[in-house]
Amino acid sequence: MNTPDFDSLSAGDTLPAFTSAPVSRTTLALFAGASGDHNPIHIDIDVAKAAGMPDVFAQGMLSMAYLGRLLTDWAPQSRLREFNTRFSAITWLRDEVTCSGKVIEKFERNGERLVRLDLLAANGAGEVKLAGQALIALG
Amino acid sequence: MIDRSHIGRELAPLTVDVEKGQLQFFAKATGQTDPRYLDEAAARGAGYAALPAPPTFLFSLDLMQPDPFALYRELGVDLNRILHGEQRFRYGTPICAGDRITLKTRIADLYDKKNGAMEFIVLETDAVNQRGEDAGGMTRVVVVRNN
Repeated sequence: MNTPDFDSLSAGDTLPAFTSAPVSRTTLALFAGASGDHNPIHIDIDVAKAAGMPDVFAQGMLSMAYLGRLLTDWAPQSRLREFNTRFSAITWLRDEVTCSGKVIEKFERNGERLVRLDLLAANGAGEVKLAGQALIALG
Repeated sequence: MIDRSHIGRELAPLTVDVEKGQLQFFAKATGQTDPRYLDEAAARGAGYAALPAPPTFLFSLDLMQPDPFALYRELGVDLNRILHGEQRFRYGTPICAGDRITLKTRIADLYDKKNGAMEFIVLETDAVNQRGEDAGGMTRVVVVRNN
């Protein structure tokens, strides 16, 4: 795949955004098994309700994995240096997670030319679920 | 309140095998269609030794231990009251299928906000592969709702 060209990027440039399929109970069950996060609060409505939640809800790492796809669709993973997110709101069943990112800074560190990206995962109503940053080395 | 004397404590190291089938299952569960994460030939074509673990998979490797939530019980924390607050990764040598990764985790910090209504557990993990190379690391911030 092509690596984005450092020199032609500017602060404000955006990554191609994408939107996940609506989160379903099946999504959560598959991600529980695949990710190793077997916390029943995400897959067992009885446990979720006992914990005071209205229903099961998505694992935060599911949406972070979607943001990871945003990054590796844009640049090879071998270029990724750091990837951070804060989980600011719960992602619920039927939410469609839109992942977006933009370049906010270009700089050099330890002989590498890096871009810092701002990342967002939000539902269809525009409510931010995850906000984060990534550092990617581009030559 | 969680006993603050746990700050700085090193947890028992964990050594786990990175399995191709688990990576393919993770790809399916996250809607991944990029062949580099599904097909070994495509992964090799992209310069990887085998299927690469995606950017967040170190978190999953840590969960491959027999009882990943034992730490919370030991700290006296109800699993139903924890939320994932923040997650940070740094990257080293790529982690690929067939690797054997050793994770070393320490309780980096414990603190509270709002007079103890919320407590924070900060776990720092470093990963080393079977060749002794730095395979990256991660920091987890877990929030405990005490109210």
